[in-house]
Amino acid sequence: MELLMASGIGVLTFAGIYLVLRLRTFPVIIGTSLLSYAVNVFLFSTGRLVVNQPPILRDGVESYTDPLPQALVLTAIVISFGMTAVIVMIALNAFLSADDDHVDDQPHGAFDVQRKQRGATMGSDLPAGDAEDEVRA
Amino acid sequence: MSLFLIVALPFLGALLPGLMIQAGRRICGMATLAVTLTALVGLLSHLPAVARGEVVQARLPWLPDLGLNANFFLDGLGMMFACLILGIGALIIIYARYYLERSDNMGEFFTYLLLFQGAMVGIVLCDNILMLLIFWELTSLASFLLIGYWKHLPEGRQGARMALAVTGMGGLAMIGGMLLLGQIVGSYDLTAILENREAIQASPMYLPALILILLGCFTKSAQFPFHFWLPHAMAAPTPVSAYLHSATMVKAGIFLMARMWPVLSGTEAWFAIVTTAGLITMVLGALIAIFKNDLKALLAFSTVSHLGLITMLLGTGTPYGAMAAVFHIINHATFKAALFMSAGIIDHEAHTRHIPALGGLRKLMPITFVFATIASLSMAGIPFFNGFLSKEMMLEEAAHTTLFDTPWLAPVLATIGALLSAAYSFRYISHVFLGPVRDDYPHKPHDPGFGMWGPPAFLTVLVVVIGVAPFLAEPAVRLVTSAVLGNAGELPGGHLAIWHGVTPALKMSGIAVLGGLLILLAWHPLSRAWEATPRPEAKTIFDGVIRGSAGAAGWLTQRLHDGSLTRYALIFMVAVVALGAHAWFTGTATAPNRELIPLEPLPAAGWLLLVTAAVFLVFIHRNRLLALVMMGVIGLMVSIAFNYLSAPDLALTQISVEVVTIILMLLALNFLPNTTPVESGWPRRIRDGIVALAGGIAAAGLTYTILVQNPVMEPISGYHLENAYKGGGGHNVVNVILVDIRGFDTFGEIIVLGIAALIIYALTEALLRGPVRARLIKRRPDQPRSGDAHPLMMVVVTRVMLPVMLMVGLYIFLRGHNEPGGGFIAGLVVAIAVVVQYMASGFAWADERIRYPYHGIIGSGVFVAGLTGIGAWFAGAPFLTSAFGYFRIPPMEEFELATAMAFDLGVFLAVVGAVMLSLHSFSRIARLADMPVNEHAMDIDPSREMPQSHPSEGRTEGGT
Repeated sequence: MELLMASGIGVLTFAGIYLVLRLRTFPVIIGTSLLSYAVNVFLFSTGRLVVNQPPILRDGVESYTDPLPQALVLTAIVISFGMTAVIVMIALNAFLSADDDHVDDQPHGAFDVQRKQRGATMGSDLPAGDAEDEVRA
Repeated sequence: MSLFLIVALPFLGALLPGLMIQAGRRICGMATLAVTLTALVGLLSHLPAVARGEVVQARLPWLPDLGLNANFFLDGLGMMFACLILGIGALIIIYARYYLERSDNMGEFFTYLLLFQGAMVGIVLCDNILMLLIFWELTSLASFLLIGYWKHLPEGRQGARMALAVTGMGGLAMIGGMLLLGQIVGSYDLTAILENREAIQASPMYLPALILILLGCFTKSAQFPFHFWLPHAMAAPTPVSAYLHSATMVKAGIFLMARMWPVLSGTEAWFAIVTTAGLITMVLGALIAIFKNDLKALLAFSTVSHLGLITMLLGTGTPYGAMAAVFHIINHATFKAALFMSAGIIDHEAHTRHIPALGGLRKLMPITFVFATIASLSMAGIPFFNGFLSKEMMLEEAAHTTLFDTPWLAPVLATIGALLSAAYSFRYISHVFLGPVRDDYPHKPHDPGFGMWGPPAFLTVLVVVIGVAPFLAEPAVRLVTSAVLGNAGELPGGHLAIWHGVTPALKMSGIAVLGGLLILLAWHPLSRAWEATPRPEAKTIFDGVIRGSAGAAGWLTQRLHDGSLTRYALIFMVAVVALGAHAWFTGTATAPNRELIPLEPLPAAGWLLLVTAAVFLVFIHRNRLLALVMMGVIGLMVSIAFNYLSAPDLALTQISVEVVTIILMLLALNFLPNTTPVESGWPRRIRDGIVALAGGIAAAGLTYTILVQNPVMEPISGYHLENAYKGGGGHNVVNVILVDIRGFDTFGEIIVLGIAALIIYALTEALLRGPVRARLIKRRPDQPRSGDAHPLMMVVVTRVMLPVMLMVGLYIFLRGHNEPGGGFIAGLVVAIAVVVQYMASGFAWADERIRYPYHGIIGSGVFVAGLTGIGAWFAGAPFLTSAFGYFRIPPMEEFELATAMAFDLGVFLAVVGAVMLSLHSFSRIARLADMPVNEHAMDIDPSREMPQSHPSEGRTEGGT
């Protein structure tokens, strides 16, 4: 069982890291979600694996699993939902504003070419931040 | 008055001018003056005790574990400086009241001035070097605000930036030095440090600490080679120049050298660095001052020169030198503040401070002429004025100082310094006041009102009184000197007197005065020669250095922070894996000592599903919808694993979070492209694969190593198991930990969750109001829409289900304390119940029926949880202490009520609100305000019959 757990966490981490290293926002978000699964399960497993001993106090039952990692992970699960929602929102915002869902800054030329290819015609709302930064630098 | 109050008064009083300016400039000035005078009176109430040689203390442990204590003490040295700061401060406030024009915001000015005053008083009174550092930086900040007070002048802004850069840099160095000093002594209390002279000087850290602290002092006190900022700070209004740059702030470095004198002075390094820097500064500053045509620039460089003089005296490390330094600090503060104020008066009246445009003011401004002349003569070192006395002592000390094994070096340089000093003092009198009256002043000058000439005249009276009757100042000087010396030196004998006989010092003094007169006579040819000599311009060099370092920083930032998140992530992953590998291969782990759980077919099947889904996900991640399905599978398997491994609460949470996460992702996918294009080539994919594989193996290895061992130390979980029922009254230990034992954590977490939801809401608002709105309206759905967006069956079923689901939520909430469940899970379940209504019956229909805004629900959740915590205070217990009891209402069974339940209710509300606000925001993007809303659910969309006309109208409200 321990080996299954460890390898499961390993596979989740592997998939998570690989997806985080992709170039578009959506796979990166999926990757971070997979990494949060991995981390949550890992934290949970630091309480060691125990079967059929839930930390619900019962008369006559002496041994329980470690409740503390469970409590910590419970809130972590809920918080990771909140954080996922925030980054999804940021990604959506970026895509809707710039018509581009790359996670990396695109070189100036490449970005415009892409927009043309996509046939986007609304250039007026293109963020002018890059040009300003150039001037400042 | 308590020392705390003396330090706090200017800070508290800084609020007053901004408010009082509404009542007029006079009231504003008086309020400011009242603050300073109150602090001064409070300070003087300690004078008798300090004069008896006592040290007044006020102590308050703040963070004692860090050595940070709000300790203050007042001895002779602190008394002198605090008197200078508050006394001259009061005079400056009167002067500034009349100096500032109507167009200047006086409230702002006095607020900055009082902030500065408080910081200065803090420096001189505080007994903890960490606090001292804070006050030290505060003076830099306040001086930045004051120098740049005239925001419309570019010189002011540049001067302010330069002063902040130089003094701030020195302050940073000093932090390092002070921390080293604290490390050596083992205490950050100044009084403790001052008693450890031997330990400090014997430490190998002495030299680095000394250099770092001196960097702080030299930058603050404008010592060579950091002298260049002070003249540029003269762009400030004259009251600021008079206050900060003659009497107080630039003396902070001097103060600290004097304060640290007992422990730092007397070594080779101290002598060589401080005396040399002081001598160079003294000569160089005086030389530049002679040829400056701007009145304030002349005074600024003369200040630099005199600060060098004091530094040199402290550097000699002899008690006599210290006494001369103390005396000169007093004298310099009196005559230089008066001179600055006189320069301000001339500028104010003649509308220029360009010396060649002045001259002949003696007849037009007789009062100003009298006190400016007296102050100048004192600066020149003419007998019967106080400057003479301390200059004599300086020359005497220099005559006995051997620098670099050359006995004549120090005396000669000191004499040259004194000579140049006499020259620019004479020039100030001669070129400004003497000579014929001109008729081409920019403005016809005349003496100002008493408010402006009173303060400098008062200081001039002190100049003469001390100069004629030095014995009056002697007790004060001796008191302060003994405070400087501490137990590191004997107070020198002898008295302050005008006549000591024909000493070498007197001869040097005579040479200086005569030489000064000669330079004045030959000033015009000398000035032409000076102008013709090439000199390095400090501002150009400084600007170059700033440009260079800004360029280098920009270059480095561009290299490190090139906008590629992928690269940051890669570097991060590789670094973490490498660190982990290092620990793995060098560390030791105990042998496996834990009995393993035998493998069973069911978990193995679950594992197979999870691993297959994850690997499959990697390969098909370009199909985003399919990727979400795989993620759902993984989430499901994880929750089943939790359930199998004795964590029912986690299983419930995971599965309900999974539902809302997938809904959220689907909502987003409505707008994002449905596929990810192929962009990275094979080399890149293989590289990423290798990194990911390494990370995966590392995670697996780490987990396995942990899992096969028993904990190295006894976990604290036993405590939680034991006390869950006894202290928290619940059987579900996880829930008791959440709402009781670690309730404060949970409280923080629901706040974080609420903030996350509010961020999403705010981003949506910004998005919907920005240019994206137009794009969204024009947008055509990339897939055909369903004509039957709200299927009849689904609507009916979900509406029937709603009460049942809410009941389940309530049940899970109520039983949470004793069985798996609780606020978090109940909140998620209820949120899902509501979301289902949105999905089935449409956004508009559902939204109309929501009575309370989701922000409000989040807020009420946090409020209820907080209130429950506060409730414990009324029972005299700490925040979030819970209470519980058992009640019986016939004919029901006995049941339990715990305050933790109210807290859990807060958690529940916050979770419902946060989840709903997030999903609601996403849906709002999908449903734009000006789209027609179908009034009834279960409508058949008519637009499907005419798809050419308004395809976007066919989009459903819920967007799902």
